[in-house]
Amino acid sequence: MSSDDTPHFSERAGLGHRTINFLHSNPTIIPLLVLLIGLAVFSAIVGKRFFHPFNLSLVLQQVTVIGMLALAQTLIILTAGIDLSVGAIMVLSSIAMGQMALTLGLPPEIALIGGILVGAGCGALNGLLITWLRLPPFIVTLGTWSIFNAIVQFWSGGQTIRQQEIQADAAILQWTGTAMQFGAWRLTIGSVLMLGLAAFLWYMLNRTAYGRHVYAVGNDPEAARLSGIRTRRVLFSAYLLAGLICGLAGWVLIGRIGAVSPLGGGSANLDSITAVVIGGTSLFGGRGSILGTLIGALIVGFFRNGLALAGLDVLWQEFSIGCLIIMAVGFDQWLRRISN
Amino acid sequence: MSGPAPDAAGRLPILAARDLRKAYGRVVAMDGADFDLYPGEILGVIGDNGAGKSSMIAALAGAVRPDSGEIWLNGQEVRFANPMDARAKGIETVFQTLAMAPALTIVDNLFLGREYRKPGLRGRMFRALDRGRMRAEARRHLSELGLATIQNIDQVVETLSGGQRQGVAVARACAFGSRVIILDEPTAALGVKESRKVLDLILDVRRRGISVVLISHNMPHVFEIADRVHIHRLGRRIAQVSPAQISMSDAVAIMTGAMAPPQVSI
Amino acid sequence: MSKTSWLASGAAVAALCLGVSAAQAQDKDILVGLITKTDTNPFFVKMREGASAKADELGVKFQAFAGKFDGDNDTQVQAVENLIAAGASGILIVASDTKAIVPTIQKAKDAGLLVIALDTPLEPMEAAQATFATDNFHAGQLIGEWAKRTLGDDAAAKANIAFIDAHESQPTVDVARDQGFMDGFGIDIKDAARRGDEDDPRIVGHEMGEGSEVGGRNGMETLLQKNFDVNVVYTINEPTAAGAWEALKSAGKNDGSVLVTSVDGGCPGVKNVADGVIGATSMQFPLLMASLGVEAIVEHARNGTVPAPSEGLTFTNTGVKLVTDKPVEGLESITSDEAMKLCWG
Repeated sequence: MSSDDTPHFSERAGLGHRTINFLHSNPTIIPLLVLLIGLAVFSAIVGKRFFHPFNLSLVLQQVTVIGMLALAQTLIILTAGIDLSVGAIMVLSSIAMGQMALTLGLPPEIALIGGILVGAGCGALNGLLITWLRLPPFIVTLGTWSIFNAIVQFWSGGQTIRQQEIQADAAILQWTGTAMQFGAWRLTIGSVLMLGLAAFLWYMLNRTAYGRHVYAVGNDPEAARLSGIRTRRVLFSAYLLAGLICGLAGWVLIGRIGAVSPLGGGSANLDSITAVVIGGTSLFGGRGSILGTLIGALIVGFFRNGLALAGLDVLWQEFSIGCLIIMAVGFDQWLRRISN
Repeated sequence: MSGPAPDAAGRLPILAARDLRKAYGRVVAMDGADFDLYPGEILGVIGDNGAGKSSMIAALAGAVRPDSGEIWLNGQEVRFANPMDARAKGIETVFQTLAMAPALTIVDNLFLGREYRKPGLRGRMFRALDRGRMRAEARRHLSELGLATIQNIDQVVETLSGGQRQGVAVARACAFGSRVIILDEPTAALGVKESRKVLDLILDVRRRGISVVLISHNMPHVFEIADRVHIHRLGRRIAQVSPAQISMSDAVAIMTGAMAPPQVSI
Repeated sequence: MSKTSWLASGAAVAALCLGVSAAQAQDKDILVGLITKTDTNPFFVKMREGASAKADELGVKFQAFAGKFDGDNDTQVQAVENLIAAGASGILIVASDTKAIVPTIQKAKDAGLLVIALDTPLEPMEAAQATFATDNFHAGQLIGEWAKRTLGDDAAAKANIAFIDAHESQPTVDVARDQGFMDGFGIDIKDAARRGDEDDPRIVGHEMGEGSEVGGRNGMETLLQKNFDVNVVYTINEPTAAGAWEALKSAGKNDGSVLVTSVDGGCPGVKNVADGVIGATSMQFPLLMASLGVEAIVEHARNGTVPAPSEGLTFTNTGVKLVTDKPVEGLESITSDEAMKLCWG
């Protein structure tokens, strides 16, 4: 017994425990390692065609749309929720922008803002149903996914607005597709927008009280409530913000495909959840990071790209993504279990 | 009804309640319960399951609104709309579940809901957290309670032992200028060694001038550190006894109704 | 009840049913069902319009169903079952999964419905009593031959061809167009029922675009990464071609050095031909497919006749026309202006 008469607790020392504590505080290390190992392996197999700034920036462009949806999804999953309607909100926002500009004849800038607000509105609907009617997020967004898809079909009439028409009348909608050259690296405005959004969300989640509240609500809603946090407000704002981000993703989508199309976005919600989970964010809420999501999206993109360049069938891409998901969730569960 | 009268030694209670009543339909939770807590003392509250002590504590902590009855804090009548109200007036409760988010750090949990923002523009417009200040204060509060050996205050709470978590929860309750701390079954989930440390912690809290309400089923613990013991039965207080003047088994007997309460209340 | 009572009741019920069905066969209350892959693709929208109009004209009832996405088999299975339960006379179906839907189609046939496959033959084709389709293989041949003749024999021998198909699962329409293109271009296709068994060095690769712009863009980018000197692109449909074009533009290859081919004949696609995005496309006639299909079902409900296939083919050919503004010698085609009058969507 120590000579101190004040109470104290002995530290659990030892390399094992210290590693576990480190992983607890920095869980993003694992997806980062997976990404780096993947890059190394594919560079070895495929060679310079893979590990070339052009290809690397190409992959970044390819993951940009899903990456933005994944950022929105991260916010939701951190609150222990899930949003199956992110893809539908994105497509609906893009349809809204296109229809407002070309069919309703609104000025393109107004149409752009209008489309983004449509996305925010969809998010608000999700938030209302979840906080006010207290319905489970999975069920709610499963329903709104179908509803938003139906509105997409109705509003677009099944028609695609071609790239040439948009270029002529509302070129700002395609602006996110504009590419910028930085030496051998090529980035689109859309990718820059995504990275900027990621930085903003990182700041919000890590440097503001609101961010702490989001984590608390996801990790232990009762503890949050007892600490005076207005949990319903936090949840509603998360879904609203997610909807807004999906609206922005709609803008980036138009930049990527040039046209305003009701096709596509079908599996985008699952792709976004994949990126979030592989990036180390826990589906049970309260654990995860924006950086992890970015890494998760990049992992998916690089694996698809690397396997395709290596000449392997598409089914190996699906197989490897599936394995990555299971490994990521398994690791998260293991980390939780050993701490109890 | 005016406030409670001073006791034999001329002290006024810091927290008192008279004739609290609460019913949930036909179930009566509080049947005219009284309560007195004097400044700088540790008051043990014991009572069988279903005796209604949780409801009374909840009313004092602001979590439940009594149907009738009065509560006084420092001689002033108070009405709490919610636990935040009670917190604002200096009554902190450490719940049995500790109300801490396990995946968040010690610092995060200490200031959850009461975070500090950076001064000036960065705080107001960018709403930036003043993490430096919060960490420094967290460290200070922990060392004041002798928890300095928790080396890393950026550790997440779930990596702490049960006793350490209890310590952090108590530190949180002490940290915000509280006058009264209510502890609900603090040693229930702990082993012998860790319970010992928590009890020493509670004594430390009293040393700092904070009054403590200790709700517990563990008679040895209650009898060891409480100055007085409040015995609750059938929705009301049936006795206030001194641990020095009555045995544990007698107190349990009074609590279960096997023995009649003493005539003179202290 | 005694045994005789049971028998008597059973006989009465049976007689009632027979009487009712006999009456129904003469009834003008015929129900025709149309099940498409999705309801967002203008191709299927046109089909639905054509079928609906024909049904109105003939005075019969019409119900349309669609899957949620290209490849959604489950919704189509349910639609077939619903139509059987609703007492439909026949089903027109564009199958998302040409193999998996067959058992359910069998159920419909067993229940006495006439099942006609539209656009996409089932596997096996005989699983439906008739197939009204574009000759997808021929559609592919037209654009493949156009590409070869445009390049000229020398360049065609050294071409780098990118293939952006729809699905990994190789549905019939996907394989038929792909193999048709190869055949028209002069590549040895080995097994015409399978894609990917060829070994011609001119093939840069196959990417799956799932029939959408996004898939077209992603697929084109990946294939350009494999071989930047791609100069011929085959796409399964026009949205895929539009997406592929964005990728080509981004790579600076929208200068006419790459031939983009497609199949469909939708109005946006025809406009893309006029704008130089698509070099040549094979036009289909979904409206004809659907209205012929409705006619056939009504005929069958009234007279019991099963539609016969086109001469020399195992299905009824609804025709295909090559649309291009750069016609080549020896290959019949129409210009984009002419095609605008015939296009759909």
